[in-house]
Amino acid sequence: MNIDLYGFGPALAAGTLMTVQLALSALCLGLVLGLLGALAKTSPYKPLQWLGGFYSTLVRGVPELLWVLLIYFGTVSLMSKLGDLLNIPGLELSAFSAGVIALGLCFGAYATEVFRGAILAIPKGHREAGLALGLSKARIFSRLILPQMWRIALPGLGNLFMILMKDTALVSVIGLEEIMRHSQVAVTVTKQPFTFYMVAAIIYLGLTILAMIGMHFLEKRAARGFARANQ
Amino acid sequence: MNWEVIIKWLPRLAQGATLTLELVAIAVIAGLILAIPLGIARSSRHWYVRALPYGYIFFFRGTPLLVQLFLVYYGMAQFEIVRNSALWPYLRDPFWCTVLTMTLHTAAYIAEILRGALQAIPRGEIEAARALGMSRAKALFYIMLPRAARIGLPAYSNEVILMLKASALASTVTLLELTGMARTIIARTYLPVEIFFAAGLFYLLISFLLVQGFKVLERWLRVDACQGR
Repeated sequence: MNIDLYGFGPALAAGTLMTVQLALSALCLGLVLGLLGALAKTSPYKPLQWLGGFYSTLVRGVPELLWVLLIYFGTVSLMSKLGDLLNIPGLELSAFSAGVIALGLCFGAYATEVFRGAILAIPKGHREAGLALGLSKARIFSRLILPQMWRIALPGLGNLFMILMKDTALVSVIGLEEIMRHSQVAVTVTKQPFTFYMVAAIIYLGLTILAMIGMHFLEKRAARGFARANQ
Repeated sequence: MNWEVIIKWLPRLAQGATLTLELVAIAVIAGLILAIPLGIARSSRHWYVRALPYGYIFFFRGTPLLVQLFLVYYGMAQFEIVRNSALWPYLRDPFWCTVLTMTLHTAAYIAEILRGALQAIPRGEIEAARALGMSRAKALFYIMLPRAARIGLPAYSNEVILMLKASALASTVTLLELTGMARTIIARTYLPVEIFFAAGLFYLLISFLLVQGFKVLERWLRVDACQGR
């Protein structure tokens, strides 16, 4: 095996960058959706609870690949209608944005459960203490609940992020030029499928290891006030 | 929404769903069988016993299933030895490649579940078994494994549902399971929303039935009775 991978080294590096961009963008969208989902599920209003439950059940029950395909191919007519409305001919969702939406949707559905667990794990007294101090509901959430939720939700979110990073491979199916797509191109040229898919596997392993290291530091930082109590 | 089209293609989608079920059933059962020795070795006290299953689990959990599937389906053909071997008729077939990959993939996850379950068994129960004069092997088979099965069952049911969803990847190696069938129908009808919607309903239905089935199994194995110690 050549070290420059038959000249496909730079292409794979570009693919890796694309994968990381995709994963981080989907993570941002997913965190927002997850937080909203968890708030809806824990809210005292029945319709909101129902909506949150519907979102997490529906999205978790359907394969990620199907979401990627549905959002990419299913929105073509919708987007072109929208394009006609806004006078932009040929408006369509790029493979990247379709991938971000689909993966963010899936991440958000699982994150809903993680965040919900975190909200429920915070003692009731903290909320009551906030009320007694005269803080508004939004204040209580942003100043008391959210910072504490982060520490509890972090391990769960880390697991989800690693799943998300592996799911980015699915977006190659709709033609986004990430690691898998570049490997496929390299395979058609060089006829060396094992070599290139193995390289792809090693890149994903490397990304997973990096994510694990990052999570370790984040968790350590989040638990800095708790280290002594746990020992 | 064009309901007539959905109803018209429902039989073909159901046909795809049976292939999906076939793939998942073989993978999770064969994966469980493979995972039992892996999980036991993974929780061993000796590092040289632990190392190999650890590496296996790390590779299969750290890389996407799609990469593994392509490694097996396309990658194996790179080697002359594989192409000349007696197993080639099987390794050339997308069905057996998918079954093999899914089995190896899920075995890594189930082994990790089993390790967690084995470690969650209260120490006193194992000590009690040993104090009654059971050998280590006997304690493993009669006390620890049945106990671990009950602790790990909820996680195993999760894994089965994850595999159901992972089986959608089989469509990338030309298998006509539920997703593959949906894509074929869409290529003919140009109605992605309707057909993917119907396929999604099938997945939801199957996962609902699986969840109910595992509830029955949990009741039958009296999982909740084991929780209160």
